[in-house]
Amino acid sequence: MDVVINGEHKRVTPGASLLDVLSQLELDPRAVVVEHNRRIVRRPALGVVTVNEGDAIELVHFVGGG
Amino acid sequence: MTTAVETIQDTPLEIGGRTFQSRLMVGTGKYPDMDTMVRAIEASGAEVVTVAVRRVNLDRSKESSVLHFLDPKRIFLLANTAGCYTAADAIRYARLAREAGFNDFVKLEVIGDEETLLPDVAGLLEAAKVLVQEGFKVLAYTNEDLVTALRLEDAGCAAVMPLASPIGSGLGLLNPFSVRTIKRRLHVPVIVDAGVGTASDACVTMEQGVDGILMNTAIAAAQDPVAMAQAMRLATIAGRAAYLAGRMPRREVAMPSSPTRGMLD
Repeated sequence: MDVVINGEHKRVTPGASLLDVLSQLELDPRAVVVEHNRRIVRRPALGVVTVNEGDAIELVHFVGGG
Repeated sequence: MTTAVETIQDTPLEIGGRTFQSRLMVGTGKYPDMDTMVRAIEASGAEVVTVAVRRVNLDRSKESSVLHFLDPKRIFLLANTAGCYTAADAIRYARLAREAGFNDFVKLEVIGDEETLLPDVAGLLEAAKVLVQEGFKVLAYTNEDLVTALRLEDAGCAAVMPLASPIGSGLGLLNPFSVRTIKRRLHVPVIVDAGVGTASDACVTMEQGVDGILMNTAIAAAQDPVAMAQAMRLATIAGRAAYLAGRMPRREVAMPSSPTRGMLD
């Protein structure tokens, strides 16, 4: 199944949760903030929200800035 | 190095219910490397440190989170909405930043022009109102326009941040009169943000009586960022001390410092 993560097309397992997606990308859920189809998903909900074909996922964190 | 600031009676800087001892805030962008950044922040004595919100690099071969190098227990992370050109984008970035879970402060930037990076004040006010409503402590990056500053205060901003000169320009405080006017008229803290180039700029800015100063490039792009951070720390303290001390009146003509009487025939 195809989803768009940070603007890139990625294959994920059908029925995967957001937590599964992070795990597949080897990302620590405590170190990123997840936006799923423009809606922020809080950490406790990452395991219960499942992704669907074509979903847009943004994974952000803090970088250097002024 | 020690300074005699212990003799100066000053109150701590209070923004949105938080108090800070240092009136210098620093950014984390554009450093040659992370080790230099960490040492420069340390040398600056800053407690408030700004960060930006960006996409995680999925291949993870490049930069990692700035939080690997900063201890959020020792410093106060102030997320910005840098790079946002609409109120909607700035609101989106602010919400993402808050979700990181450190605090509900945001340095709100809504940029209106790519060349000058001057703020879009209409978008800024719109975003400020929404974010204040959502419980954010908004520190609004704005220009030196008094009326905009007053509207931002009315909108409930925790602090107003007029620029000294355009972001990253290093031109120093171009409009001390306007910044003084804003400081005189506002009740919330006024933090000058952007445009400082060297220590004298920081000192002159603080001499206007503003509550604090925020800078990034002046330190990060110096030949020796750690040494410049130290200079900025001292200049901020010196400018604040001079403001509190109250400068002598300006005179158009000279007045001798030594007695005019008792001269030899």
